[in-house]
Amino acid sequence: MTHSTWIYILLMILTTNIIRVIPITLIRKQIKNHFIQSFLYYVPYVTLAVMTFPAITEATSSPVAGYAALGLGIIAAWAGLGLFPVSVICCVAVFILEMLPI
Amino acid sequence: MNNKKAFFKGFRDGIPIGLGYFAVAFSLGIMAKKCTLIPIQGFIGSLFTRASAGEYGVYTMVLQDASYLSVVIMSLVTNLRYLLMSTALSQKFSPETPLIKRILVGCCVTDEIFGISIAYPGYLAPAYTFGATAIAAPLWALGTMFGIIAGSVLPVKAVSALSVALYGMFLAIIIPPSKKDKAVGVAVICSFLLSYLCRNLDLLKSLNLSSGTITIILTLLISSAAAVIRPVLTNTDEMDS
Repeated sequence: MTHSTWIYILLMILTTNIIRVIPITLIRKQIKNHFIQSFLYYVPYVTLAVMTFPAITEATSSPVAGYAALGLGIIAAWAGLGLFPVSVICCVAVFILEMLPI
Repeated sequence: MNNKKAFFKGFRDGIPIGLGYFAVAFSLGIMAKKCTLIPIQGFIGSLFTRASAGEYGVYTMVLQDASYLSVVIMSLVTNLRYLLMSTALSQKFSPETPLIKRILVGCCVTDEIFGISIAYPGYLAPAYTFGATAIAAPLWALGTMFGIIAGSVLPVKAVSALSVALYGMFLAIIIPPSKKDKAVGVAVICSFLLSYLCRNLDLLKSLNLSSGTITIILTLLISSAAAVIRPVLTNTDEMDS
């Protein structure tokens, strides 16, 4: 039996968005539980950190460029630069390093 | 901050996300082409789904002619982390936020959009999330479409450098709070280390966990540990200011 690609895509869209919408609409009150509050405080930073490393070193053609982008990005963010300038610094570092014949 | 200002701030913060998306979606598109998808299918699928691992999983199922039920299960499992992110975001709204805006913000959730939305100071302005999605989602969809059109003709290297834009933005979100709150800093360092080990230790590598699964497991583990060791006083006091 052959399935329709469009129906696959429709099911994917529906399922993925239902997961996204359920908690945000059902949980309308502030959660009072102390543990959950603390847990949710740490969630964004941990999630983003896990997604950043080592992925940043695997996204580039050479790991060296990725590590350089990581180091420069951390320094720039530590110095207080915003989202966009830090991103640009990382991209430029990779562009330059991948251009060099190492 | 009024709605218009929040939207444009979101739009601006969404640009680096969109550039990273374009690069990642481009390689997703190359893979989708091998799974017999046509450009418009990649565009629509990506525009409304915006989930790399989930889409990857489903597109391979197109090739295998899998059952519809298994597509639903694949979408559920690969995107389970969105349940967690959506729960966290539910605590970020002002009580007056109307239901329709909550639903729309929910639909906007991706790892990256969640990341910048949850880091928004005080209550979340839904317009901020919409602004970021307004630029990031079309770039994700276009990246997929061009990937399918170009197939393996274009060198991936040409777009690969763009993908670090995404990570640069993540660093800009997590580093300043790490500097301010030592507990966050330690949690971030632990996250880096454990994430590295999950990808590189032979024992863990043999489990063959997807990056989405690693993200959800480590997030649960490290955030719980941090919450037990260093509980936060009250979140609500901060939100009021």
